[in-house]
Amino acid sequence: MWNYSDKLKEHFFNPKNAGVLEEANAVGEVGSISCGDALRLMLKVEPETQVIQDARFQTFGCGSAIASSSALTEMIIGKTVDEALTVTNKDIADFLEGLPPEKMHCSVMGAEALRAAIANYRGEEWVDDHEEGELICKCFGVDAAMIERAVEVNALTTLEQVTNYTKAGASCKTCHEKIEDLLETLLAKQGKTLEPVAAKEPAAAVVGLDEIAPLAAKPAAPVKKLSNVQRMQIVMAALDEMRPYLKKDGGDVELIDIDGKNIYVRLSGACSGCQMASVTIEGIQTKLVEKLGELVRVIPHTMMAAE
Amino acid sequence: MGIYLDNNATTRVDPAVVAEMLPFFTEHYGNPSSMHGYGAAVGGKIEWARGEVQKLLGAAFDTEIVFTSGGTESDSTAILSALKAYPKRREIVTSVVEHPAILSLCDFLESKEGYKIHRIPVDGKGNLDLEKYEEALSENVAVVSIMWANNETGTIFPVELLAGMAKKVGALFHTDAVQAVGKLPMNLANSNIDMLSLSGHKLHAPKGIGALYIKRGVRYRPMMRGGHQERGRRAGTENAPAIVGLGKACEMAREAMAVELTQVAALRDRLEKALVEAIPNCFVTGNPANRLPNTANVAFEFIEGEAILLLLNEEGIAASSGSACTSGSLEPSHVMRAMGVPYTAAHGATRFSLSRDTTAEEIDTVIRVMPGIIERLRKLSPYWTNQGAPAGFQPVYS
Ligand SMILES: Cc1ncc(COP(=O)(O)O)c(C=O)c1O
Ligand code: FES
Repeated sequence: MWNYSDKLKEHFFNPKNAGVLEEANAVGEVGSISCGDALRLMLKVEPETQVIQDARFQTFGCGSAIASSSALTEMIIGKTVDEALTVTNKDIADFLEGLPPEKMHCSVMGAEALRAAIANYRGEEWVDDHEEGELICKCFGVDAAMIERAVEVNALTTLEQVTNYTKAGASCKTCHEKIEDLLETLLAKQGKTLEPVAAKEPAAAVVGLDEIAPLAAKPAAPVKKLSNVQRMQIVMAALDEMRPYLKKDGGDVELIDIDGKNIYVRLSGACSGCQMASVTIEGIQTKLVEKLGELVRVIPHTMMAAE
Repeated sequence: MGIYLDNNATTRVDPAVVAEMLPFFTEHYGNPSSMHGYGAAVGGKIEWARGEVQKLLGAAFDTEIVFTSGGTESDSTAILSALKAYPKRREIVTSVVEHPAILSLCDFLESKEGYKIHRIPVDGKGNLDLEKYEEALSENVAVVSIMWANNETGTIFPVELLAGMAKKVGALFHTDAVQAVGKLPMNLANSNIDMLSLSGHKLHAPKGIGALYIKRGVRYRPMMRGGHQERGRRAGTENAPAIVGLGKACEMAREAMAVELTQVAALRDRLEKALVEAIPNCFVTGNPANRLPNTANVAFEFIEGEAILLLLNEEGIAASSGSACTSGSLEPSHVMRAMGVPYTAAHGATRFSLSRDTTAEEIDTVIRVMPGIIERLRKLSPYWTNQGAPAGFQPVYS
């Protein structure tokens, strides 16, 4: 049984604005009966003011599809067309006090129906470029189609890269087998094979241990201690390397201070505060350990000891 | 009290089963392998339970029964055992409508281990394509795994016939009888079936207990190695209370078989008939002439199953659905698709599975509320008009 919020249940059991809107001058249709979800959104837009005076929907779909449709109509009635266009699928999900990860696509369908209806009103063509696949990563709501696109566009070849680009697999890691299977299939299409992961990746802790008892033959480890300036340069370069990934999600990172083994950073934009923050910190830490060849701790500046 | 019509998903543990189990938590908690009185009491009762499973299956020997953690473990054990026992045979024959316990394992064996899998299709009523089955059989086949009865539609496969055909090419025959045990009479002593899976929680025993029947003399290789429990065929300290519960449940199922076949079947037929009469654009899926007595699967067109379940739940009625949304996947049930049920109806397929506890009043309640629920959802559906089904719509399935 899904864990539906009370708000969602309310909109499912007593949907607002259901039915046909006879005076509609904008209609958006998305989904299809074959995928089990379809939504027809009908709007009545006042031409002078561009205000959406009325909205109705008809939906074929599950509880969250019906509730998302109902929520959408409530959210856009009274808004101008331009204002309505700022409503995202996340807004719909938030309005319903959250959707289970498997059901996020219902809110996506709502947002798309809205765009389709407005395109129809403006006499524009709207192409449904939305495809979805099996949900692979529950933690971040990443489906097979998203991973496939990321792999193709960016020529990704490893699980780690997929995680960096899509976030899939960055949290509980229980979806790693599925990601690797998918990656294997995608690579096979290009005539490539998935490189088996090294027996055990050289973990950060090993580097730390080596400091205590250096092994005789240690190829990659730093031979002599880096100077503070060298360390800072390496850290800055590593952060620059990661920045594009963070920017893709509307975030950024800034180096605040280096205090011995503690490296303080500030996450900004979409990265700060979101549930991603700890994942991002973890990612930065992995990268820095790799680049510096020593064990360091990355700490959000908010946790810096007060002076 | 709610109306529970989801007995193919799981059943209520019968209070008599609970009573039988309790002392094995509180008093007789010894390890049956131990050399003292605590252990002895348990060992004897486990053998009693084994005998009860044997009787329900009509098996020749009680040593043919191995206790496992349930249907899934029995299924995996059977298939993997056959592959290890006949390493030169690199093919498996199964059907497209098996439970994921079989299908996922076969997908894995195919993609990762290089086995060839023959997935035999079914017709619109869910009957197995016997010609394709015969074609797939050869001396390369290590094991055939075909379910006795389907969990979604209740359709019964002719396992005895299929087992005989498999025997001719020397392939082992396994059947996932999780849905059939306790609902259909069985006589494995006079049968070509080599291995059979059953699960306690489908017949009023607890979850997490089941058994694998292995005909005497069938080559077997265990999946779990360790202690000598189950004569080395399934290592691990026995789940004694659950085994006792399964024994009691099998004893009760044997006594209730007549009820299952008559009373339960009559209620199921009454439900189906009333729904199809009262509600336009719906039909029964599966083979009405050859089904489990307790299962009704009705597909309602132009609406989606999860929405139906949520509204039923408001009325205190528990059922299940083959819709994509209830499983969290994008495709409706593989069983509905395999039967060629069109998407317009597959998403609205709703399963009512009864048990010997189901009453006539409960069925009448469902018959009363269902038309309103369907109408309410159809009013919301873009595919439904006030005049009924959309003009020009031709049901593909009838
Ligand atoms: C046909 C069939 N096979 C296997 C299983 C799995 O059994 P269990 O839940 O005991 O592992 C089920 C029940 O879910 C089933 O219906
Ligand atoms: S499910 Fe992918 S990280 Fe948790």
